[in-house]
Amino acid sequence: MTVAIVGVGYTDVRSTTPDVSFKESMFEAAVKAYEDAGVNPRKDIGSFITAAEDYYEGYSIFDEFVPDQLGAVLRPVCTVGGDGLLGLITGAMQIETGVFDVVAVEAHSKASDILTLENIMTFAFDPVYNRAFDAHPFFVAGLEMRRFMHETKTSREQCAEVVVKNRRNAIDNPAAVYPAKITVDDVLNSEVIAEPLTRSDVSQMADGTYVIVLASEKKAKKLSDKPIWMKGLGWCSDTPWLESREWGSTVYTHLAKERAYKMAGITNPRKQIDFAEVDDWFSYKELQHIAALGLCEKRKAGKLLQKGSFNRDGQTPVNVSGGRFGVGNLLEASALQSVLECVLQLRSEAGKRQIKDATTAVAQSWRGVPTGTGCVAVLSNEL
Amino acid sequence: MSEKFKEFPGTPLSSRDIKSGKVLTFKWRPNAKYAWTVGIAYGRFLEELKNGRIIGRKCRECSRVLVPPRMFCEQCFRPTDEWVFVKNTGRINTFSLSYLDADARRIKTPIPVAVIDLDGASPGIGILHKLGNVDPKRIHIGMRVRAVWKPAKQREGSITDIKYWEPI
Ligand SMILES: [Zn+2]
Repeated sequence: MTVAIVGVGYTDVRSTTPDVSFKESMFEAAVKAYEDAGVNPRKDIGSFITAAEDYYEGYSIFDEFVPDQLGAVLRPVCTVGGDGLLGLITGAMQIETGVFDVVAVEAHSKASDILTLENIMTFAFDPVYNRAFDAHPFFVAGLEMRRFMHETKTSREQCAEVVVKNRRNAIDNPAAVYPAKITVDDVLNSEVIAEPLTRSDVSQMADGTYVIVLASEKKAKKLSDKPIWMKGLGWCSDTPWLESREWGSTVYTHLAKERAYKMAGITNPRKQIDFAEVDDWFSYKELQHIAALGLCEKRKAGKLLQKGSFNRDGQTPVNVSGGRFGVGNLLEASALQSVLECVLQLRSEAGKRQIKDATTAVAQSWRGVPTGTGCVAVLSNEL
Repeated sequence: MSEKFKEFPGTPLSSRDIKSGKVLTFKWRPNAKYAWTVGIAYGRFLEELKNGRIIGRKCRECSRVLVPPRMFCEQCFRPTDEWVFVKNTGRINTFSLSYLDADARRIKTPIPVAVIDLDGASPGIGILHKLGNVDPKRIHIGMRVRAVWKPAKQREGSITDIKYWEPI
């Protein structure tokens, strides 16, 4: 059995949302998703999943605060302490059990409510060994970027090109908050955060909410003219030890991809994957993730990106949506922003940024510093 | 099983050992600060508390009046339709007397906490608040109570703009 995405709903992404609560945003996205799927949550949806991290929300046991606005009161509800893609994978597995036909998955960012985001990130570090340096948590990205550049002979300019590309891509995405025409020099000349990382190598936060409706194969065919099939799924965590990590490559993506590609029958990703939406929290992360997904030779991501291979009209377009750089960094919800872009493209509903004749896409996620955790999903409009 | 042993082998730990640093621990105080957007529903609710009034939202489909207000009805899964003021009187649904304060310190005078079904809201819908000006022994389920407000100038758009609820 293959599980399909049969409905998507989302709010505008904005840099801040002082007018609505997270509950009101979730209600809006949920209404849109259920309308898109043609389902009534009070009757047709068997289970509801929210991907949320309690510390980003500022509530412990955040599960308790989600049922009302999803139409999930008195129904099976859980949160997944991971990114939106892990929520989606969990939903697919719930359907695979045969217990549920239809499952709704939600993820949101209300980053503008968090006053001490850097401290929340530091709180994710090992308390005994890694919190004592009084440095902003992005120093971990600096360590990783340096080693990655060293091992792959990637240049600062090549990393900067990621930012230029994604913010340019966002110009054609009406949902994006940070579209811009900038240059490599603009990125290189912005203030240093943690060498070699500059301010412009870091994506900017935003608020937004996504709800995605999943259905079993049988149900999906009834509900939707354009079901998007979840052909391959994988997730993986690297060691938490910052003292002994493979800094140069993202092992978690590599292993998650192996699983997902095997399930989907992808043996030659460069040929079989038409486009990708990958995590780009920091500029160099996109290059790491492109390579780990097998979309180019191991050390060539930077060079090929510079040549335009991952542009919208390139060999394998990457982050046509604009990614975290262009759309905005939505914490755990960026993973569903990636999935949304894949769905819109595969349904031929991506407007000005539509990629022609795409049938198969890959969405990939990462949970940010200091984690080594992420997911991969292969999505297709062909069963 | 442990009853069989009169003495346990080994060196017992005392609180003095811990205080003098013989037992290694690592302390950390998280700096987690948030400013939650109240949004449309809670925003109006707090604004009206400042005005000395309690407001709810009505769902026309199920005819319920929701307090605190919500912009959607969780049972019908549709937007709620109109703002409705409810009375600042009601009836105790359930109550408890807390003999511990928020920091788990034992207190002599218990804090009476109650859920109060509000007059004008739907059955089983109301407010969670403190009781005051009442002999704890007299509090009972079904007791009629009313809100005691702070003076208008001291109100700031908070649930504590109501000082407590007292028997009518
Ligand atoms: Zn209703």
